[in-house]
This record gives sequence, structure tokens and C-alpha cells, in this order.
Amino acid sequence: MEIISYIFLIIGGLFYLLGGLGILRMPDVFNRIQAGTKATTLGAFSVLIGVMIAHPEWWLKLLLIIIFIVLANPIGSSVLAKAAYLSFDKPKNLVIDQLQDIFGGEDND
Amino acid sequence: MKYVATFLVLFVIYILLAGFVIDELILGALIAMILTLIIARYVDYKIDVKLPYRLAVFGFVYIPVFIWQLILSNIDVAKRVLSIQIPLNPGFVKIKTELKGDFAKLILANSITLTPGTLSVDIKGDTLYIHTVDVKGNTAEENKKHISATFEKILGVVFK
Amino acid sequence: MITSIVFALVGLGVLFSVVRLLKGPSAADRVVALDTFNIIIIGTIVLLAHFYNNNLYLDIAIVYAILAFLETIVFARYLEGHYGNH
Repeated sequence: MEIISYIFLIIGGLFYLLGGLGILRMPDVFNRIQAGTKATTLGAFSVLIGVMIAHPEWWLKLLLIIIFIVLANPIGSSVLAKAAYLSFDKPKNLVIDQLQDIFGGEDND
Repeated sequence: MKYVATFLVLFVIYILLAGFVIDELILGALIAMILTLIIARYVDYKIDVKLPYRLAVFGFVYIPVFIWQLILSNIDVAKRVLSIQIPLNPGFVKIKTELKGDFAKLILANSITLTPGTLSVDIKGDTLYIHTVDVKGNTAEENKKHISATFEKILGVVFK
Repeated sequence: MITSIVFALVGLGVLFSVVRLLKGPSAADRVVALDTFNIIIIGTIVLLAHFYNNNLYLDIAIVYAILAFLETIVFARYLEGHYGNH
């Protein structure tokens, strides 16, 4: 049982590391948000499952934290992505940009 | 009916946080009741005979698919982050959704954010705006097939 | 042994996100780094609860998670505030 728990903890740590690396290496804001959100959500998920296996009597609170993170983390990054789109220059390498339709194109000043 | 359901959800959350002590049960019931009176009018889920079936679909179909997609998307992120020249073909696309109700759309947007290579940015009416790392199609239908078709099918059953 | 490995991995993740927090060319980059940093710290607090065998840390983790979410939302709203008058 302890070994399974440690496997989950190490996987979680690895994905946390990947999240940090993604934040550091990706070239523009939106890709950073993507890498950061996904990797840290699975990292948190995996770490909490690992702790849950090691301490089954804590499962209620851990489950609550998991649900909260899985619900709140994507919402936070969506809001952040919208803010980044609205207030900063767009990345140069976009293939297609249909978001322009609602936020009115290049010049809003 | 709506009030009872809201009360139960709030009460269960309180008990999860505070633990099973008799004082906490009484206080929790009181607080949950007050909050129910405030919140319940903003709640709009439907409660009917098929609710257990829909909850079962949510628990046994949606959640495994969701976790599987989360793992896939992390493998995808890992591949991109660890490659020397990061492969990118990014863009913003829009897709239409048939789901009604704010909560259904929220769950759909969250699911899209945690699937491989996509990030939902905004919702306007029944249109979702999505940033994808790898643009595959030009029209809304093509993109929908690649991004949200699976989740839409499942969530269509869960939220009627 | 395994404890140190887990904490080393988590610590490297924190380090990378702090580097991006200090470096980030725009404010949005910094907020993204802060968001990632917060989620990693939540996991770290839960790990501390596990290794010190003390479930008070879990309450701290819950409160930290809620505050981190609010923090992200508030920063994002603040950045959006520049829209239209820059």
C-alpha cells in the first residue's frame, strides 16, 4: 500500500515539475497557461490521491480539495486567458483568430 | 424540492469540512439553512425521476473519460515541453454548443480546458471561444469534431 | 529517500515557476506563473500533512486553495481593467 502511495506521489511531483518547466519554456502567454493548468491539475490530483492512499481516514477533506482544484483551476485560467487576450499584444504566430469577432479586431484605442 | 437539494449539498460540504461532532451538526444545519434561503433562487438544476440515472452517467461515464483525457493531455504537454523545438500551430477557434444552462456550459468549458491542446477562453451565448495549440480545421463543425464532440454527447445525457 | 525525491521534484517545479515569475515579460506571464506556483504550493502543504502526520495542514490547504483562486480572479480582473483605456 505504501509503495502505491509513493508511486502516486512521485508521479505527482513529476507533473508539478513538468508544469513549472512548461511555464518556463513555452513561448507565449496562452501556451504557458495551457501547460501550467493541465500539468498542475494532474499533479495535484496525483499527489492528493497518493496521500489519500497513505491516510484513508482523511479522504473527505482530500476529496473536497480535489474537487475544488479540478473545478477552480480551469476557471481561473480561462479568466486569465481572456484578460491576457484583452489587455496585451497578441502572439505573432497565430494561424487563425476567430476571437476577433467579439473583441473587435486590432485597434481598440 | 430545489431548496431541499441545495440544503443537502451545503450541509454535506459543511460536515465534510467540520467533521462528525454533534455541535457541528446543529450549527451546520443552521448555517446551511440560512445559506439555502439566500442561494436557492439562483440554482437551476432540474430534479426528477431520472436523476439517479443521470448521476450514474456522470459518475461512471463522465468522470473516467475526464480522467483519461486529463492523462492524455498531460502526456501531450510533456511531449511538447520536453522536445527541443516546441511544435506549435496555435490559434483561436470558435465552436457551437447545444447544451443549455450555465452549469452545463461551465462543466463543458472545464472539460475542454483539460483535454489535449485546448483552452477555453470565453463563452458568449452558445458559442465557445477556444485557444488550441494545434489548429486542425477551419469551420466550426470541423473544430467541434476534434475538440468537444465526446464531452458534449455525455453531458447532453447528464444535463437534459 | 523517496521523501527527498518527491520534495526535490516539487521544489524544482516551484523554482521554475518562480523564475518565470521574476522574468516574465508581461504582467500576464507573471500572474500565470503565480497561479501555477499556488497550485504547486497546495500540493506541497498536503505533502507536509502526510509527512508530519498532522491533518491540521489539510485545513490550511483548503483555505490556501480558496484564497489562491480568488487571487487569480482578482488579478485577472485587474488586468482586464486596462482594456479600452491603453
